[in-house]
Amino acid sequence: MKALAKRLGPIGVGAAFIFAIVVVGALLAPLIAPYDPTIGSVTQRFQGPSLDHLFGTDQAGRDIFSRILWGARSSLVGPLIVVAVTGVLGTGIALTSVWWGGAVDSAISRVLDLLFAFPNLLLAMLAIAVFGPSLTTAALALSISYIPYTARVIRSMALRERNLAYVRSPQLQGISGAVITARHLVPNVAPLIITGATINFGFAMIEIAALSFLGLAVQPPLADWGLMVSNGQQSLLKGYPAESMLAGLFIVLTVASLGYIGERLGGRAAAGRRS
Amino acid sequence: MPLIFVVRRLAALIGVLIVSSFLVFAAMYAAPGSPENFLVQGRTVTPEVLAAIRKQYSLDDPFFVRFWNWFTNVLQGNFGQSLSNRQDVGDLLANRLPTTLTLVLLAAILIVVLGIALGVIGGLRDGVADKIIILGSNVGFAVPTFFAALILMSIFSVGLGWFPVFGSGVGVVDRIWHLTLPALALALPSLAVVARITRTAIREERHSEHAVMASARGVPARLVLGRHIIRNSMLPVSTVVGVHIAGLIAGAFVVEYAFTLDGIGTLLVNAVQKKDFAVVQAIAIILVAAFGIINLLVDLLYASIDPRVRLGAAR
Repeated sequence: MKALAKRLGPIGVGAAFIFAIVVVGALLAPLIAPYDPTIGSVTQRFQGPSLDHLFGTDQAGRDIFSRILWGARSSLVGPLIVVAVTGVLGTGIALTSVWWGGAVDSAISRVLDLLFAFPNLLLAMLAIAVFGPSLTTAALALSISYIPYTARVIRSMALRERNLAYVRSPQLQGISGAVITARHLVPNVAPLIITGATINFGFAMIEIAALSFLGLAVQPPLADWGLMVSNGQQSLLKGYPAESMLAGLFIVLTVASLGYIGERLGGRAAAGRRS
Repeated sequence: MPLIFVVRRLAALIGVLIVSSFLVFAAMYAAPGSPENFLVQGRTVTPEVLAAIRKQYSLDDPFFVRFWNWFTNVLQGNFGQSLSNRQDVGDLLANRLPTTLTLVLLAAILIVVLGIALGVIGGLRDGVADKIIILGSNVGFAVPTFFAALILMSIFSVGLGWFPVFGSGVGVVDRIWHLTLPALALALPSLAVVARITRTAIREERHSEHAVMASARGVPARLVLGRHIIRNSMLPVSTVVGVHIAGLIAGAFVVEYAFTLDGIGTLLVNAVQKKDFAVVQAIAIILVAAFGIINLLVDLLYASIDPRVRLGAAR
């Protein structure tokens, strides 16, 4: 813990603290949200901040504070799915590729090259066109489009380990590839997987929020930060910026904190991004 | 640069395009819900009418026949008809292409000019200017384009009234005026990254032996800066700029939607919502092609700037 704090630096610890608050807010939303996030009251539209409504109310008279809290849930769940699916599949594909090498490796490389040809958001849009708009579709499609980035980094790291004695000698003893990979290779690439996940979480959060903003991921009346930014656009033009601005601010805070943490842990290269 | 390398990369790109157009077509083919039900829009019609519609759109042909017909048509520039308004998809795209191209081009210029300029300032100055640029690039990267769009809109259009809120304008000057804020929103995250990479590269070059040596020889500071520091630091910057400009293609539709611009992106979002597959397919193929071509150009450019880059090395 102390080593981690030292590695993060003072700003990094602050960033981790902000992210922790967002996570706790999301987990405890049902307990601490003062109002129902989906039910508003017509007489309470566009209230300013007050003790009753900490962040005011939106155009449907819903409490913005409660919607931010509940919105944290859907805004975190999407990227969580992306990071989990990409981590598991990307690592699995990369290690399979490295273990067998040769034809398997080049076949897998071809498939990944094909995935690289689709911009992430475009792949998600195609999946949504086929299966209809939903958070699950958006998150799963994005996971697939992130796989080549993750697989690329892990593959190049694992390639270096593949021929070292600690991998070679159990192979000579006749221990199966799956066991060696799981026992020896995975722990050695694990730090890379975690750093990559931290960076990808931020990317995924922005892209899923963008899809929700377009009306293609989380569906109303559910609370979601991306959706709230888009919901509040009309109110903003009428001079009530609270909903859009607060929701956007929470996206920025969360992504910036995670980005800083990821940068301290190993940088964007660990996520397989060229920049 | 060896021609064989260019040819090989082009062949690979064409291969990827053929396979991805097949995949896109197959995905739309396998999508739940049938096109003729979409066309009749919930009205009750006799089976004969449905059969006629299926015949009109050749829906009963085997999958590979349909793919082949579609694919050969696309190669001839014929993207078929939009299912929702019967318009020719090629015409729809042609009408909307100028907006998207202008938007992406403006954003690319902003990324190159502002991103590199800010990075150079941050790299050369110590103190407040540098601190502000570091902070700005850290936060700027985390701002989603659609949120940047809203902030810019509320400050410069609604608040100050300097720019129009919606629409993409008529004529070149008017269009640029309409697209300035959208381009700025689209460019912001990439601008932040480019500024940061430039800053780091400049700082590294400033303390490099050749720059120190040049100063020691008495070369004027301005020349050391221009010929040694900036020129050498542009190597890492050029790749990053290229990757981000290619990425603008996919980011553009979010910004177009936020500003309700009549570009390709808004068309794609609407087509996805309405399940207008003819339009979705066409735009997907065009975007994949554009993305591939820009990435190829970036790689070629990089190889010609830096001869040390081993040609043929996969990314």
